Amino acid sequence: MAEITRTRLDEIVARYAGRGREALLPMLWDAQHEAGYIDPETAQSISRTLRVPIAEIYGVIGFYTLFSDEPEGETVIHVCTDPSCGVAGADSVVDELCARLGVRPGETTADGRYTIKRGTCLGLCEHAPAALVCQRGEGEYSHAPVTDIAALLDGQRPARAAVVDGERQVFLAGAVPNHAESLAEYGDYAALRRALLTLTPEQVSAEVEASGLVGRGGAGFPTGMKWRFTRGAAGQPHYAVCNADESEPGTFKDRVLMEHRPHLLLEGLLLAAYAIQARYAFVFVRGEYPEATTIMEAAIREAQSAGLLGERIMGTDFSCSVEVRRGGGAYICGEETALFEAIEGKRGFPRIKPPYPTTHGLFNRPTSINNVETLCAVPAIIRNGAGWFRQWGTEKSTGTKLVSVSGHVRRPGVYEIPFGLTLRELLEGHCAGFVGEPQAVLMGGAAGTFLRADEIDVPLTYEALQAAGTTLGSGAVMVFNSEVDLRDVLRRLGHFFAHESCGKCFPCQLGTQRQMEILDRLEQPLPGDVERLRDVGLTMTEASLCGLGQTAAMAVLSALRKWPALFGEEA
Amino acid sequence: MSDTSEMITLTIDGQPVTVAAGTTILEAARSVGIEVPVICYHEATTPNGLCRVCVVDVDGGRLLQPACIVPCRAGMVVETRNERVERSRRTILEMLNSAVNLAEAPAIQTLLDDYEAQPDRFPSAAKRDHALIDDNPFYVRDYSQCVLCWRCVQVCAEDAQYTYALTFDHRGFDTHVSTGFGVPLPDSSCVFCGQCVSVCPTGALKPKIEFGLEQGWTLEQIWENTRFLKKNRRKSG
Repeated sequence: MAEITRTRLDEIVARYAGRGREALLPMLWDAQHEAGYIDPETAQSISRTLRVPIAEIYGVIGFYTLFSDEPEGETVIHVCTDPSCGVAGADSVVDELCARLGVRPGETTADGRYTIKRGTCLGLCEHAPAALVCQRGEGEYSHAPVTDIAALLDGQRPARAAVVDGERQVFLAGAVPNHAESLAEYGDYAALRRALLTLTPEQVSAEVEASGLVGRGGAGFPTGMKWRFTRGAAGQPHYAVCNADESEPGTFKDRVLMEHRPHLLLEGLLLAAYAIQARYAFVFVRGEYPEATTIMEAAIREAQSAGLLGERIMGTDFSCSVEVRRGGGAYICGEETALFEAIEGKRGFPRIKPPYPTTHGLFNRPTSINNVETLCAVPAIIRNGAGWFRQWGTEKSTGTKLVSVSGHVRRPGVYEIPFGLTLRELLEGHCAGFVGEPQAVLMGGAAGTFLRADEIDVPLTYEALQAAGTTLGSGAVMVFNSEVDLRDVLRRLGHFFAHESCGKCFPCQLGTQRQMEILDRLEQPLPGDVERLRDVGLTMTEASLCGLGQTAAMAVLSALRKWPALFGEEA
Repeated sequence: MSDTSEMITLTIDGQPVTVAAGTTILEAARSVGIEVPVICYHEATTPNGLCRVCVVDVDGGRLLQPACIVPCRAGMVVETRNERVERSRRTILEMLNSAVNLAEAPAIQTLLDDYEAQPDRFPSAAKRDHALIDDNPFYVRDYSQCVLCWRCVQVCAEDAQYTYALTFDHRGFDTHVSTGFGVPLPDSSCVFCGQCVSVCPTGALKPKIEFGLEQGWTLEQIWENTRFLKKNRRKSG
């Protein structure tokens, strides 16, 4: 196996000299790229450079799935086996890869060329089945859909046929499928210009507050209010953070936004930074999104040279730098405080709240953290006004929404829809109908709830879905037809949460494992399994420390209500 | 908690309780003789709300609240032991018992009895199996007895010693305490202060002398095995 050479290691060390722990993830990425793993000597050099105890560096490597502390193949292929890829044949992809290479999942070929891994959601659900390829010395790229095993092993990168459609008003107006909009195509940040030259920070957040925009990552907190709280919080500097750690299975709209409209996101982030008076901004992109990362980095360089970010933007007193940070592979880092920990160079353990990020966020300073889609709504709101945004949707669900549709529909993809459209109109209209006979829809991702096929006339608004006992969450819509054994879907969800639990609090650390074990034997349940699932599920829901544990049993408990027979119960 | 001189009144199990603002629910309950069970909580370490055995019902809210970290609020109505609370505590204890060897954790054994936790609630469940690590003259480590209360890692770091010899490996159910890269303790930054052993609630960390006595070692053998002799030192890398 290739060891990192002394010279290359010295180069990396020189690049990071003088920096502190916040540079740990970037430095680990560089080392991981170089040798395909991080050996004790490299870790020792990193330890000395950043002045972080060696044991803690090991702890960080062990937390993130894309870092390794032991040699792996020159090419590591992660095949997603979560629900949307699962129903599209991901297991056969793994089986075929392994058969061809003579290895089992997790193993490396004898010649050291390949390692094959079963992985969790890669956010390419509309191109299922998907794989992430990590090449030593070169970096990562995604390969989706996997239709030809030889092409996958050969390093080919099939062109994706992105579907970015619907009523394209706020987010997708002008988006060209499979094309990253350049600065020239996007225009020179007219909303930011208007804000910097004619509006106070207070007026910017007031306009956003008036628009009714709420967080689009799933939590639904009013965006303008969050900005108002952050701006008024004591302590300097303030930070603006974009949560681009989109990892909820079935959710891929943030990736599609970054890959198509990077400048829309940057302008939204700068508006947030202005509103909260932040000097520094970060875009934290999940490690499984190499293409989106590259596109965002290029867009930042473009905007920088055009004077749209950095020092004294547009000749005003407002200065803000923007930096992309890559995650290391951990669903939990989509939780805002775990994301801060990751940027700070630590294991992605969620913090106890309160205190909230508005007062104690990144580096313990006042921070506004917003989802990609949320920030992308802001430029149009500032340009056209809150009233314009409110022409779509309802009183409580304002504007348009991006939904990620995958599974058994004819045209899976990202759709911009006005709030209030029914799920049936989305699936039968925009998505061109079902493949096969619909059986179930999983709303909101792995942390969401199931609807039966006869429940899809529900309007897509926060309030209507809540009344129907389900959730819009991040806008994930996964459709399963009657050919699918829902027990298989549940089993995949069980594996997902057990793999992604951070291990901090007992209910989730133990409960996701026990839930997975019970779901693994749904075909032949033990007496009392239903009661066990309920007790484990309710305990995780009510007693876990963060949103991951609190929602890890949502889908399972909803399936238990709707299809008791799946669990061997009388209907 | 800005003003600790301010007094507030709340209700715990139907009883009015007046405490200084900033007091946790756990402390407030103890002040009137109501015992809330804990596993990870220790007065000398930073509370992290990990075990969630101390959860209580606050105002019938959607989520149960960890009493060890949640401060009292005026007018708060706390139930320290109702059906929801009992279900969560019992299930956590049953899951823990199915994963970890709790034979030397008497306080947790008492809780298992108190909450009528069934010992075989989770059949064919994965256990956290780890081989005993005996790599130094001072103490042994048996992580199959570790409940992940974090106390040892915390006292090794900012809570006391600032030595940073310990960390966590992996995550989720597979999380375990580690020195990193499989390094034996004498080759780590450990200074053998012994604070980790003193805060371990389950016997996962045990003084070598105690371990030797349990193994039936003679005094000579204990002497032999607990001196930091040159020959006990592994070659450092």
